[in-house]
Amino acid sequence: MFGLDNKDTRMLLVVAVLTLCAPFILNPFPTDSAMAQFNAGYPDLMQRFVIFGIFAIGFNILFGLTGYLSFGHAAFLGVGSYSAVWMFKLLSMNVVPAILLSVVISGLFALLIGFVSLRRSGIYFSILTLAFAQMSFNLAYSVLTPITNGETGLQLTLDDPRILGVSATADGSIPVTSLFGLEMRSTFEMAVGPWAFQFNAGYYLCALILLAAFYLSIRIFRSPFGMMLRAVKSNQQRMNYTGLNTKPYTLAAFVISGMYAGLAGGLMASMDPLAGAERMQWTASGEVVLMTILGGAGTLIGPVLGAGFIKYFENIFSKINDHVLHGWFSFMPDGLEDFVVFIIHPFIGKGWHLTLGILFMLVVVFLPGGLVEGGQRIAKWVKGRKNKDDSTSATKTPAE
Amino acid sequence: MGILEVKNVGKRFGGLQALGDVNLSVKENTVHAIIGPNGAGKSTLLNCLVGKLIPDTGSVMFDGQSVLGRKPFEINQMGISRVFQTPEIFGDLSVLENMLIPCFAKRDGAFSLNAITSVPSEKDVLEKAEAMLEEMNMADKRHMHAASMSRGDKRRLEIGMCLSQEPRLLLLDEPTAGMARADTNNTIDLLKEIKEQRDITIAIIEHDMHVVFSLADRITVLAQGTPLVEDDPQNIRGNPKVREAYLGESA
Amino acid sequence: MDAILLQILNGLDKGSAYALIALGLTLIFGTLGVVNFAHGALFMIGAFCAVTVQRLLSLSYEVVDETQKDFLGNPLKVKTSYVESWFGPEMGGAIIDWAVPIAIIFAIPIMILIGFVMERGLIKHFYKREHADQILVTFGLAIVLQEVIKYFYGANPIQTASPEALSGVANVGALFGTEIFYPVWRIVYFFFSVVIIGGIFSFLQFTTFGMVVRAGMADRETVGLLGINIDRRFTIMFGIAAAVAGLAGVMYTPINSPNYHMGMDFLVLSFVVVVVGGMGSLPGAVLAGFMLGILEAFASMNEVKSILPGIDQIIIYVVAIIILLTRPRGLMGRKGVMEE
Repeated sequence: MFGLDNKDTRMLLVVAVLTLCAPFILNPFPTDSAMAQFNAGYPDLMQRFVIFGIFAIGFNILFGLTGYLSFGHAAFLGVGSYSAVWMFKLLSMNVVPAILLSVVISGLFALLIGFVSLRRSGIYFSILTLAFAQMSFNLAYSVLTPITNGETGLQLTLDDPRILGVSATADGSIPVTSLFGLEMRSTFEMAVGPWAFQFNAGYYLCALILLAAFYLSIRIFRSPFGMMLRAVKSNQQRMNYTGLNTKPYTLAAFVISGMYAGLAGGLMASMDPLAGAERMQWTASGEVVLMTILGGAGTLIGPVLGAGFIKYFENIFSKINDHVLHGWFSFMPDGLEDFVVFIIHPFIGKGWHLTLGILFMLVVVFLPGGLVEGGQRIAKWVKGRKNKDDSTSATKTPAE
Repeated sequence: MGILEVKNVGKRFGGLQALGDVNLSVKENTVHAIIGPNGAGKSTLLNCLVGKLIPDTGSVMFDGQSVLGRKPFEINQMGISRVFQTPEIFGDLSVLENMLIPCFAKRDGAFSLNAITSVPSEKDVLEKAEAMLEEMNMADKRHMHAASMSRGDKRRLEIGMCLSQEPRLLLLDEPTAGMARADTNNTIDLLKEIKEQRDITIAIIEHDMHVVFSLADRITVLAQGTPLVEDDPQNIRGNPKVREAYLGESA
Repeated sequence: MDAILLQILNGLDKGSAYALIALGLTLIFGTLGVVNFAHGALFMIGAFCAVTVQRLLSLSYEVVDETQKDFLGNPLKVKTSYVESWFGPEMGGAIIDWAVPIAIIFAIPIMILIGFVMERGLIKHFYKREHADQILVTFGLAIVLQEVIKYFYGANPIQTASPEALSGVANVGALFGTEIFYPVWRIVYFFFSVVIIGGIFSFLQFTTFGMVVRAGMADRETVGLLGINIDRRFTIMFGIAAAVAGLAGVMYTPINSPNYHMGMDFLVLSFVVVVVGGMGSLPGAVLAGFMLGILEAFASMNEVKSILPGIDQIIIYVVAIIILLTRPRGLMGRKGVMEE
């Protein structure tokens, strides 16, 4: 279907079902229950899942296929956000032109940075991208204040022209982002017994774009172009002596992944129309690296899994506090309970980054293929055990 | 007028004159071997032909066009393919994919943003690659990870990849270096087959005299960066100058 | 003239820090072939060694002093530090005052130990893996280390004073017959870094150990073939590099109050320094460190900023990009280092 083989179609459908049903899946706990705080099915968070999913899918097209490790991709996300907010300020609150502009501008920006950075490879490339991103961040913070509004971040105001829209709504407030009139913030709440599920217009827009982005990435992975990118990673020397010019291949991959990042930035601004320089900081670039590696670089589904995993547990972990822990371990004797809570304490709440760092190291050391490889290993193990059971029972039979 | 004309090529690395004044003419549809002791400048000469090095003086013409100043991929697109001393293949890719890449490079040129069609839907390229694998007797290995093959198979694959581009000139850099006798003989047979069945010119750099004398139509002996003699194999065998170059002054 | 001199001086302290971190990065990179993204974290840990020592030295107990009354007439509680009670108020006070230099003594063994543990426990397993993997795992380690520090010391910068005698400013201009006032501690920092750099270079130059390490940096395989146990020496070099970063951190605390992310901040710039200097070149790292520190200082002059606003924010990156594109191997880089 859609020009994909069966396996890829199945994967696309699984992702489609997961994202479209996310409001149900992420809200397993009834609203009144004590566990309700661990629900993740509210619009704000779900939007973040899919937006970072898009970001990671794009990053994976560069890193997963060509092996070029960029430490500056957050710069494109930031540029995308700024472009979108400017579109809201100048043109209208419709998200379509804003998203289009953010993709185009970040694509151009990636073309510029990629053209320079890709003259070197390996560690030099990583450091060049890092330097460019940090430079963009510093510029956004200081000199470019007229465009970026510096430390405060770029926001909408009542004096914005909005040529095709209105500067202010009838009641004198700033208009909200919309898709041809469908407000991004509009949420339909469905109550089923004790559960409440929220369906947010903005989320569904993001989810559909994620599916399109994911579909496109499958096509790229399976195309001759994608094969060439993997060949670049494998042996550049052979590429050159096979009559292939590696530079435009890597540059194209860089620009495509930059546009994905810009798309994510534009969507971020479309959901919440503001943009700040901190989105461009190199630690933000590090985050997308973490997501991609954790999920499984070079695999199709890995980055989506990684983004979902990190954002989900970030949300969950930051909500667990000592009180909650004491509740969980109350079955233990007092001393032991306190001890266990004491041990776990550094890893929860604000300690989420510590947990993430450790997890990330473990993945790089023991599971270079990320969650996807982990899943495959488990599947293999289960299968192997099953086969072993079969073979042992098979050998037993004649003995009887 | 040969298909490859090397005229007065010189190359210097710091204080070392790697190539003195090299003149070489490779005739179309022949196998031309370049031999010489270690440090004679064979590899430097080869690198000047494929664009990895730019000579300080002289000219290199392929089919009437200069190759100097062109990048390796441009020279390859002109019709020169190179086989390396240690097989250079795409180790992370499957054998079939290894064969597909040069086929795409032949059809689409140095770069093509062919990002939407899927590889299996490119029937013409796929057929060509499969046929080439068949010809190389590697069809059964098509889904193997290329890096996991034996050295002899990697060499075979690399030669196949070069041939699938239908080059006019095939450059071989010590194709049997480090191979066991059996693998060496297989490679000789393969190259003989290629020579007989295709309109192709082969230039080969080789250490192993057995390989050289089984294949070459014409031999150039290189010593200390300059060609010593160029002649037919039977004349080279008895040439005292060549013996001297190989065995030292005293011999 | 004075202004130029002042800017050079201003660049020296930051330049010293860059040079010291870049030196350690280059040592690790040149010997072990590992790209260590956790090196900034070592700098930060050094700084927090100073914080810890200062806190330990100021540990105190309370005594009720019946002779003094507060304004309500209750006996006053007086805090006395243990150090003061052991060594007497004068000596004890001096010890507390000199906490940062004293911290050096503690930081050296601690940093070497941390270096050993890092190398044996983690880095060792990554020699044969791709540079990307090395970057990733050390990046993960850097996150872990900074989060651990954050957990114990909080997120806010912690002020750590230099010894009374070395705070304040001195007229360095007197040497040149003018008046330029400059903080004493920064002068101390500069000379300290010169001593360390000189020490490392003479160690590598004049000892057998250093000779082997230099040979190993040039050609690891051959040295290994000579039957020399290069691995153990490299572990020791890692410890030394960690100690250099740590000491740079210890001494930097009075200049900038340490916080948990200072390592990351310095890391990015130090990497740029290493690349500008040339991967694997020790003199290059030092030269580039000072050069970029001074350039940054010049770029923050008001005269420069009024012509090119914001140039101080980006000058280092701009220089790095230009150098990488025009001299791909950096200022003093060797051929074939880190190139595929």
